[in-house]
Amino acid sequence: MRQQAEANICSEKDFAALTQDRQWRQVNRTMRLNNNQPEALIETLHAVQDTFGFLDHQAMAYVAHVLRVPLSRVYAVATFYHYFSLKPPGEHSCVVCMGTACYIGGSSALLDQIQQSAAIGPGETSKDGKVSLVVARCLGSCGLAPAAVFDGRVAGKLNPALMEEQLERWLSHDPEA
Amino acid sequence: MNHSPASRNSQENTPPPRILTLQIDGQDLSGRADETILEIARQNKIHIPTLCRLDGLSGHGGCRLCLVEISGQNRPVPACLTYPQEGMVISTASQRLQDYRRKILELLFSERNHVCAVCVSNGHCELQELAVELGLSHVRYEYLHPRLEVDGSHARFIRDPNRCVLCLRCVRVCAEVEGAHTWDVMGRGISSRVITDLNQAWGSSQSCTACGKCVQVCPTGALSEKGTSVAEMIKHRHFLPQLLAMRTNRRE
Amino acid sequence: MTLKHKDLQQIAAAEEQRQQGFQHRIHVCQAAGCLSCGSREVQESLEQVVADRELEQEVQVKGVGCLGLCSAGPLVAVASADRLYQGCAPTDAGSIVDGLTSTAKTDADGAGTLPFFSKQHKIVLENCGSIDPERIEEYIAAEGYAALYTVLREMTPAEVIEEITRAGLRGRGGAGYPTGLKWSTVAKALRQTRYVICNADEGDPGAFMDRSVLESDPHRVLEGIAIAAYALGAAQGFIYVRAEYPLAVKRLRKAIAQAERLGILGKNICNSGFSFDLQLRLGAGAFVCGEETALIASIEGLPGKPRPRPPYPAESGLKGCPTLINNVETFANIAPIIRRGSDWFAAIGTEKSKGTKVFALAGRVCRTGLIEVPMGTSLTEIVFEIGGGIPDQGRFKAVQTGGPSGGCIPEQYLHMGVDYESLAQVGSIMGSGGMIVMDQSSCMVDVARFFMEFCMSESCGKCVPCRVGTTQLHALLSKITQGRATPGDLATMEELCDLVKNTSLCGLGQTAANPVLSTLRYFRDEYRAHIDNQRCPAHHCSMATTRERP
Repeated sequence: MRQQAEANICSEKDFAALTQDRQWRQVNRTMRLNNNQPEALIETLHAVQDTFGFLDHQAMAYVAHVLRVPLSRVYAVATFYHYFSLKPPGEHSCVVCMGTACYIGGSSALLDQIQQSAAIGPGETSKDGKVSLVVARCLGSCGLAPAAVFDGRVAGKLNPALMEEQLERWLSHDPEA
Repeated sequence: MNHSPASRNSQENTPPPRILTLQIDGQDLSGRADETILEIARQNKIHIPTLCRLDGLSGHGGCRLCLVEISGQNRPVPACLTYPQEGMVISTASQRLQDYRRKILELLFSERNHVCAVCVSNGHCELQELAVELGLSHVRYEYLHPRLEVDGSHARFIRDPNRCVLCLRCVRVCAEVEGAHTWDVMGRGISSRVITDLNQAWGSSQSCTACGKCVQVCPTGALSEKGTSVAEMIKHRHFLPQLLAMRTNRRE
Repeated sequence: MTLKHKDLQQIAAAEEQRQQGFQHRIHVCQAAGCLSCGSREVQESLEQVVADRELEQEVQVKGVGCLGLCSAGPLVAVASADRLYQGCAPTDAGSIVDGLTSTAKTDADGAGTLPFFSKQHKIVLENCGSIDPERIEEYIAAEGYAALYTVLREMTPAEVIEEITRAGLRGRGGAGYPTGLKWSTVAKALRQTRYVICNADEGDPGAFMDRSVLESDPHRVLEGIAIAAYALGAAQGFIYVRAEYPLAVKRLRKAIAQAERLGILGKNICNSGFSFDLQLRLGAGAFVCGEETALIASIEGLPGKPRPRPPYPAESGLKGCPTLINNVETFANIAPIIRRGSDWFAAIGTEKSKGTKVFALAGRVCRTGLIEVPMGTSLTEIVFEIGGGIPDQGRFKAVQTGGPSGGCIPEQYLHMGVDYESLAQVGSIMGSGGMIVMDQSSCMVDVARFFMEFCMSESCGKCVPCRVGTTQLHALLSKITQGRATPGDLATMEELCDLVKNTSLCGLGQTAANPVLSTLRYFRDEYRAHIDNQRCPAHHCSMATTRERP
């Protein structure tokens, strides 16, 4: 089983190495600042996601070990909060706002278009790893409804045609697509 | 012995809990301020249906079947987590409450797969008993039937999440009594699932001690012993009060 | 360092002098709405033009918080001339700077008299759009931290609570619980360790009031929290803010660091003997964490699942200690109340709802943005005068308040003054302040379905009625919008609404049915059209079967 194998790679020895690893500096610092208290779990998972873009099994096992939180509790927290992702993000990110104003303004047509162009739904990454789609509850750009964020840049007053154009630009970089 | 949080935290120097008088279903009763309405009702042979509640474990308040009405309050409250106040007038079996309980059960039956005829717990299932008690004969909602994978990876036990009602008795007994915290709940809302460790096969869990407490406290056929066939899984719960009593004695 | 009153005055005086040194002051909105349409580039371009013409001594260009009229961004205001440029591009910088010295009238003149602005009454937003949110000096120059200083030096904690109670302030997070009462409950609690928490986990879809306040005037919130902490005897506080608001998080961090450096937060504040430590905690995308007990669970590092109340957090909250939780807008009202007195505040608004309310006005309305009006302002004034009515000759249908816990208010109640009681009477709630206008193109059944989908995916899953009930309600609503429902489904749905409302564990479930109940109350004919005739009156839903009527 894949998950089983992943869980087993995390031995005490691996953990000891991570406390010195430069890549894990921000994560280790967050835990240390909170005296390795279990309450720091969410803060620490934020640090992991900031550093690596997502939470993998090794990271969760390591955080569980240092903060002395049960593995199942770490997984529970990591999946209860939708801000955390357990899968690596795509090369480009598209966040579609589904706040009320954007919904009234037609954001579900944008999602349909993405489904059509890139064959992905909310929370998914396209097969080629080019685009990840996330829906947001409100970007606070209600005046620009319907709005989306393309790689960190907010675009407003969108329609399905504009969405398709944007996706084409990302997807066409791949000769296979 | 009593497991309400108030009594657990009580220390020698705090005054003993007050004795209150209250009324349940027309009967005048007395009860301690640190006992829940459910406990007081049970002491007086007043039956209130429960599902997630299990003596010896912390209160959860999730199943909502033990809801009772307190006069002067419009919204019913869970008897398992509500403490009495002097002069409280409580009703446990009004038509409205019976309706609510039946409808909540109806929702539970629509959530996963609860076909009794093919279940190891048929005839020994708390969910089934509640359906009989509350007179639930049919489900008006769409069956959601998520078709979840059965986990047979453990040497001694089987987990069938399709029978799970998310009462979290397994999570609580494992964390609070066994101390392993192998179980927890991943996700949220309708996609909540009980998991072991990092959502891995039960058999691969490194924290599980294979003590089987979770299996015995499970109210349905979601957790069962390997090798049991339809209607053969009979759970033994008397270990829990005994175990807790022994521990209390040892401490004293 | 110990801050003295004269230090505060010195900072304020120096800052005022700095401001007055400029002949012209250009404010560029740097809040999320305008940033998203390129206001940073506009500011850079303006700075470039000013530098090129060597006008740095006379013309100040600064980034400010939300200017309010988000639909017309990026916004540039010439504060020294009551001018507001809308929809600016970097290429407009030259003409804006030219305009400073010319006397010719432009379209941008007289912004203050636009109904969008003139109908508003700003208390919470008084500094929004006029100060640089990243400089504590500007906040101090705008009377900032004067209230905290007064409280620490001249008032007892009991007097502070008395003042807030007399002002009649009610919680701005939604339910409208009297703030003074909440404070005094915590202050009376037996345990000595107490906490103050600012709930900045604004999660309503279509609401961005708290974010704008945090981005535009973070110190105001800090001051309110510190005053509350003094009144309650709390030594530690937390701001629980959404991770999805990176700019607000950044500005809060900066503000806390600045305040600590000046000794406004930390040990022995202003030599009063009072110490207060304030920290940020990031949310992680769970709407239910707006519920007090779930928020506390989240700060403790647990999944944000509510527990039954009582006991209320005021008695047993964070780590079992008495805990005060107020939202951003509530805390933002505290300093002005202390500065100007409770009588001043109590004179604004209606009999039972005092002060003002900030709304995020959006949807099918000409001018969308952030507004602040006295309690009791009518919906007509908000939608048609401030908002400028419905665009494209559309016809008003309803206004939605309170987000997924609220309801849709139809045309017949447009004249109604907005306060906690009046909104509850018509089946909605004040909520945190989202206000979405809908016209004839919105299908009310679909709107109800939209909110139910929200509640379903935000339900924590702990209790059965909310976990399964919202899912089944969503399934029934989808059946209706797809034209597959029977009249029996409508009855089942109404019964289920009653169940979810009365038996759910926390406020999320208890109010989840409100959007359905309110649309059923006012737009039942739309439900009937979907069910009986497989027809969507708004032409929004695509029906599974199209049955032509003879």
